[in-house]
Order: sequence, then structure tokens, then C-alpha cells
Amino acid sequence: MTEAQVLLLVLGLPFIGAVGIVLTRHRPNLREAVTLITASAVCALVLMIYGQFQAGTPFAVDIAEPLPGLLIRFEIEPLGMLFALVAGSLWLITSIYAIGYMRGHHEVNQTSFYAMFAIAIGSTLGAAFAGNLLTLFLCYEILTISTYPLVAHAGTAEARRGARTYIGILLATSIGLQLLAILITYAITGTLDFREGGILADKLDPAWAGLLLALYIFGIGKAAVMPFHRWLPAAMVAPTPVSALLHAVAVVKAGVFTVLKVTIYIFGTDFITQSGANDWIIWFAGATILLASLIAMRQDNLKMRLAYSTVSQLSYIVLGALLATNMSLLGGALHITMHAFAKITLFFAAGAILVAANKTLISDMGGLGRAMPITFGAFLVASLSIIGLPPFGGMWSKWYLGMGAVETGQWLLLTVLMISSLLNIAYLLPIPIRGFFGKTRDGTHYHHITEAPKSCLLAMALTSLACLLLFFYPDPFYQLALSAAGGQ
Amino acid sequence: MIEQHLSLLLVVIPLIAAPVTAMLPGRRLPWLFTLSVTWVCLLLASWQLSVVMNGSVISYELGGWAPPWGIEYRIDAMNALVAFIVAAIAAVTLPYALRSVEKEIPEYQTSLFYAAILLCLVGLLGIVQTGDVFNLFVFLEISSLSSYVLIAMGKQRRALTAAYQYLIMGTIGATFLLIGIGLIYAETGTLNMLDLNQRLQPIMEHRTVHTGFAFIVVGIALKLALFPLHLWLPNAYTYSPSVISVFLAATATKVAVYIMLRMVFTVFSSSLVVLTSYMFLVLGIVGVILPSISAIFQTDAKRLLAYSSIAQISYMVLGMGFASVLGLTATLVHVFNHALMKGALFMAIGAIVYRVGSSRLENFQGLGRQMPWTFSAILIAGLSLIGIPGTAGFISKWYLVLAALEQQSWLITGVILLGSLLAVIYVWKIVEIMFFRPVPETVIEVREAPASLLIPTWVLVSANLFFGFNTELTVDVAGTAVRLLGVTAP
Repeated sequence: MTEAQVLLLVLGLPFIGAVGIVLTRHRPNLREAVTLITASAVCALVLMIYGQFQAGTPFAVDIAEPLPGLLIRFEIEPLGMLFALVAGSLWLITSIYAIGYMRGHHEVNQTSFYAMFAIAIGSTLGAAFAGNLLTLFLCYEILTISTYPLVAHAGTAEARRGARTYIGILLATSIGLQLLAILITYAITGTLDFREGGILADKLDPAWAGLLLALYIFGIGKAAVMPFHRWLPAAMVAPTPVSALLHAVAVVKAGVFTVLKVTIYIFGTDFITQSGANDWIIWFAGATILLASLIAMRQDNLKMRLAYSTVSQLSYIVLGALLATNMSLLGGALHITMHAFAKITLFFAAGAILVAANKTLISDMGGLGRAMPITFGAFLVASLSIIGLPPFGGMWSKWYLGMGAVETGQWLLLTVLMISSLLNIAYLLPIPIRGFFGKTRDGTHYHHITEAPKSCLLAMALTSLACLLLFFYPDPFYQLALSAAGGQ
Repeated sequence: MIEQHLSLLLVVIPLIAAPVTAMLPGRRLPWLFTLSVTWVCLLLASWQLSVVMNGSVISYELGGWAPPWGIEYRIDAMNALVAFIVAAIAAVTLPYALRSVEKEIPEYQTSLFYAAILLCLVGLLGIVQTGDVFNLFVFLEISSLSSYVLIAMGKQRRALTAAYQYLIMGTIGATFLLIGIGLIYAETGTLNMLDLNQRLQPIMEHRTVHTGFAFIVVGIALKLALFPLHLWLPNAYTYSPSVISVFLAATATKVAVYIMLRMVFTVFSSSLVVLTSYMFLVLGIVGVILPSISAIFQTDAKRLLAYSSIAQISYMVLGMGFASVLGLTATLVHVFNHALMKGALFMAIGAIVYRVGSSRLENFQGLGRQMPWTFSAILIAGLSLIGIPGTAGFISKWYLVLAALEQQSWLITGVILLGSLLAVIYVWKIVEIMFFRPVPETVIEVREAPASLLIPTWVLVSANLFFGFNTELTVDVAGTAVRLLGVTAP
């Protein structure tokens, strides 16, 4: 097979899988087998592509030319490879988890769940491998629309309301702001290609650069920079595997990934720093980091707390992109990986608690850790990684982000990062502590509660192990992030 | 040999077929005959389009009388594109018609119904083909009169008032057009479009010419349902039979857009364009926003789509207002794409009407799961209406916004994008009711629509996707057409 065919195959597989899932809808075991086989195949293919890509093979394929000179084009570059590795490997793990969760929780309409899930992952991979901004935008919108039924899955009035907020904000920002920014970019430059050093330098009056950058940052609603973050907490009505993979990894990371792509390949880091485009918008990211952490502290619902934590962590990456130095970009790109593995573990644990103990409120979880030690152990590991403590992967991304802030002399932003780490401790650690050492409210003991289904435990174990491994062996991701950030 | 007569055949064949259809007995026979006629028309229209696509022009002298004395049929890329849209929609609608008409039209009226459809087709195709303004008026009357009849055949009694309303408004529009044509005829002594263009140039400052221009523009604006002259449209689309909603929504206003372009840019040309530009832009801005908001509050799906149509027409009017190459390209591309999306949407709603018997949104609850194919059709065509990338609607929006950016008109850029956001709301209103409301318990099981309704719907839905990725036909032909219109502004 040629490189182009491999690329088409990996992009097409999830969609083929979705069709297979619908066709086998009357036989749940077969249907889940289709999901697992597709996810494994995608994971294997992404790994294979990674091997060849590192060896220097270029991957590119043109699909169509909808507008003169503008192609639907897929091409692999380091940042996209990094994102695809994360999404591809975590889809497999989430699929394992989802089977245990969906059956343990007796969810309805499981066929449409698995099918839409596959489509969402397909469009995420499409976004990762997009060869120009038009293609990226196309995949971005497919991702929005395909995740809508997943958010509204429960079908209750609350789910409908949440889903409406979700699609409303994401479509409104993408059409109202992002599309406008893309069109302005195209009107100025006549191209939407991703190029080293950007396409806007010399073409755009630096005075307007800040405004255009703001259109992009807010228009990419999936990056959840305040005030356009409301959709993410609203999306928490979805089943937990959706929250785990899509709203901690695929969807939100597609947002910050787009931000990184835009800053690196559309604006170009030099242009951003020279034009001062990032002057004021960077404070939106800084404010989001702190405010979202503060809001997270006040949430008693575990998934809501995690959601606000995600909002906060996403802005780390946006901050890294906006600082536009090699170090900060490296940190931002690495944080895509590190945060993904840690946050998905946290959501897995939240889902496991829901399935096994039917609890969603943190205040009800006292002493639960003694009944579910593996779940709460994984939660602890992931919390430490999010906070950025060694020996967990989360340390690296925070390290480089901090370095970036130091490099540019933004001491205030460095302070923001430090305070946020403290806030992370304050809102994450009490949960496992309360679980292990706390008492139940009414003094009962959890004799009847046991650990979640085995597939859930397996998935959690894998991802928390990854958090640990990423501290010692961050190398594959480090290399990719480094070359994307324009280092050696 | 036959190539020379193409342009005439396209009009003559349905014209001869109409009275024949009226005489055929039963339900199937008139349908089958009409179907074959529309397919022949589509064949001819595609042939014609392929001939003029490269920018060449077909000129046909009716009865061998040389223009400007005789009637000339003059086909360039723009005529051929619009003729193709009309013929293609007719050819897709007819297979859909059989089952839908069986349900909505009594048997003794069936053959007359199909005859009226053919007459309407004659009128629309004739308008597009002819190069003579009076001939154009005649065909406009043929299409209008037959569409009054067709709308009045709706099942509900309110179809009669809707048709009457349209009759009054349409007649005023046609009369205005006729007065305008009379005035410029009095000034120039010719009715041939190209000849008019030549002869009007030196006398462009005459007050009579200005008056004629005003009458013509207002007359067409009525047929176009240009905001605020749109009042006839919602009722006409809502109460007419499903097939007619599809056919009229996808063709009639598109042809009116064509007439407007022809009159303003070919007959009167540049010096008076300035007069219309501001009017088009202002009415376009208001016409995008207000009808979109009205659409959000509708409780009937067909009426909702009708208001959406008015908003979409306003996009085309905005493109005309720019009077630039990009703007007019956007208008023509949207003429094509909007026919696809509205055709698909009205067909899907018609399929629901076929099963449920009503187009009121309250009766749509929970249908998404029972009619998944119809639902997906509404979803995809709705996304196209919004302008999501990957659909035809995105291409229209792309060109329209580029045209606005080119003029540095931030207000209009904002209005176009706001229109898309409002479209999100009204499309999602249908989607949510269909997908998430539980089925009311009083309702008996609803089955998916029959294949004869679904296949034409999905042909149009696929076209929406296809023309979102491949724009060789739409954008290239529109570009050629605009070039031939002689627009000089960038």
C-alpha cells in the first residue's frame, strides 16, 4: 500500500466501523467486537504510520478541490502525529472501558452510542491529519455534529438542555467567529495552507493581527477559553465514556490543537511576537486558568469538577500557544498528551464510581476508597499528574510551559501557573483523601459495594500506568512536540 | 442539426405535452407521460448546458425572423444553468409525485394537475430561454397562472386563500413588469434584450426609462418575494400540495432571480445598477435577519421553510447588491445550491406529511427514530442550509462572505454569518423535535416513507454533499455566466 492509501484507510476505518456497528445492532457481542476490532486496527495503523513517519516517510493525500485552489487535503506533520497517537491509543482503551460501563450502567441505545463514537474519532483523526485550515475546519464541524447525539444520549429534558448549549455555543463560535477569521485569512493571503513560519506575516497589517487572533481563539470554541466555555460543563450530561474520551481528549484537544496549528502555521510565532498580537488575548487564557480552577473548587458533582478542571487545563495549552516561544509551544503540545492520559483516568474513575456505587456527589464519597481501592488509587495517580508532580508525566508539560513564561519574562503568568497548581491540589486531592480516610455521612460501611466491572478497571490501570511511564519515557511525544515547536 | 433547435425544443416539448396529459385517463398514465417529458427536458437542458458551458452562446431565431424583429432565443451560461436547475428539479420531483399526488389530489383532477405542472414548467423554461422581454412576460404569466392553480389544489381549504393572495400579488407584479416593458418599448421601439441594451445606452437619463426601470424592478421583486414584498410566499408554500411546495420552492424564485439579473445587468446594464445596489443591500440585510427570526417562531415545518426561503433569497439579493464578479457568482451559485437544499427539505417534509398527514411540528415528535432516512435527509439538508463545510451551502456562504469582505463591508459580513446562526436555531428546532421528543402515546406506529419518496429526496441530499466537494459545475459555470453579463466591477 502507498502512503496515501494507508492514510485514507486509517481515516476511513472508523466510518466503516460505524457502518459495521449499525449492521450488527441486533447482536450486542458482535457489535462490541466490531468496535474493538476497529479501534485496535486504528491504533495499530496509527502506530505503524508513526514508525514510518519518524523514519522520514511523508504522508499526504488530496481528496477533492471544493473551491479553486483550496483542497481537502490530509498531510501528516509532527503535531498532528502526536494528537493522532493520543486519540488513537485512547480510543482503544476507552472502548474497553465503555463496554463495561455501558453494560454495567444499563444504558439505552448503545448502537447509536458506539456508531457515533466511531464517527467522532474518525473526524478527530481527520482534524489531526488535516493538511490545511479548510480541511481542519471541515473535520472540526463534523466532530461537533457527531458528538451532539452522544451528549444528548440520555434523552431527558436535562440532557436535551445540555446538548442544546453544547451545539449552540460550538456552532455559533465556529460559524460566527472562526469561519469569519478563516475567510479573512483567505481574503488576505489567498491560501489556507499550513506553512512553517505562517502565511500571514507581511500580508496582514500588524495592528489588526490581535483582532484576527482573537477571532480565532474565541472562534475555536472547543478550546473553551472563557467566556465561551459553558458548553463543556453542559456536555457532562453525556455518558461517562463520552466525557472521558471526547470531552477530556478528542473534542477539547481538537480545539487546542487547532489553536496550536493556527498560531504555528497560520500566524507564525515570529509574527505573533513581533506584532504583539498576543498582548491582551493571553490574559483571557490566564484568567481562564485561574477562574475555572476556582469554580472547580466549588463543584460538588465530580464530573462537573473535572469539567471545570479541563477548562482550566486547556487554557494552559492556549497559553503555551500564545506565548509563542519554542519552550511554551513544546509545553503546550506535550500537555495535549499529558493532560489527556491523566484526565481520561479521572473520568474513568468517576464513571466507575457511578457504575459501582451509583454516586455522583463528592460529599457522598467519604470512605468509598476503602471499598474501591483500585479506582481511587488510579484517581490519586492521575490527580498527581494533573497537578504536575514527579514522577508523573504531567510534570514535563508544566515545566516547559513555566520555562516559556520565564523566557518571555512574563512573571505574572508564571505566578498564574504556580497558583493554579496549588488550586489543582486543593480541588483534586481531597477526593481520594476523603475516599480513603473519610467517613460516610451516615456512618454505614460499604459492604455491598465492590469495584467496577473488570474492563473498567483494566482501562483505568492502563491509563494511570501511562501517566507514570510518560514521566520516564516521554521521548516519542517529546520529539514530536519539539519538532512541531520548531526546535531541533 | 438538432443542436440548433435545442433551445426551442426545451420549451415546445412540454408545451405540446401539457394538453395531451390533460386528456390522459387514470392516475398512472398522466404521471408516466409527464415523467418522461421532464426527463427528456432534463436531457435537453444538460445538453444545452454542455454546449454553452465554455462561454459560447446559442442564438435561435424563432420562425427564421432575424432579431430584433423576430423573437430570439439566446442562451448563454446563465440561461443554461437556470434552465438546468428547473429541468433537473422537475425530473427529480416527478418520481416523487406519484405516491404523494395519489394521497393529496383526487383522481378526477390528477391529469389536470400534471398538465398544470407541465404548463408551469413551460413557463419557467420559456422565461429562461427567451431573449425577448415581451416573450418573457408571456411565459411569466403562463408559469404564474399555472402555479396559482397548483397551489389552490392543496388539501386544506386555506390553499384557496393562499392561491388567491398569490394571484393578486403576482398579478400586480406582472402588471408592473408589463408597464415597465411598455415604457421602454415606447422609448426604444424594440423588445429584444440585446437590442434594448444598445438602444437604452444613449437615453439612459430619460425619465421614462427610469420609470420603466422602477416598474420592472418592483414587478420582479414581487415575484422574487424580495423582502418586504414576500407576503404571498409563506402561505403559498405552506398550503400547496407537497409536490408543488418542492417544485415551486426550488424553481420559481430562482427563475425570478434570473429575470432580475437579466433585466438589471443585461437590459439596463451598468449605469442604472448603482440605483439598485443600495436598495438590494439594505433590503437584503433586513431580509436575511427578519424572516430568519420569523422562521424560528413557526409551528408548521413548511411555513418555517418558507420563511427560511425568503431569508435565503435575500442572500442572493445581497450578492446582486454587490454587483461585483464575486457577488454575482455567489448569487448564481446560491441559486443552484438553494434549489438543492430546499428541494430536499420540502421533499423530506412531504414524506412526513405523507405518513402523518400534517406538517405541523407538534406532530413530528419522535419521528426521527421511526423515519430515520427522512430524518437524516432533513439533518443533512438542514446543515447545508446552515452552511456547514462539506455541504453545498458552505460554498455559497464562502463566496458571499468573500464578496462582502472584498467590499470591506463588515456589517454585511456580520449579517451573513448571523443569518447562518439563526438558521442553526430553526433547523435545530426541527431536528430536536424529531429526534428527542418521545412519541405521543396517542399516535399509532409510523413507518418510514415509501422508497419512491425517499429516493428522490436522497438524490437531492447526495447532490448537496456532492456539490459541497465538487464545484466544477456550479462555480465554473456561474463564473462564465457572470463574465458574459459584462460586469466590470472587480
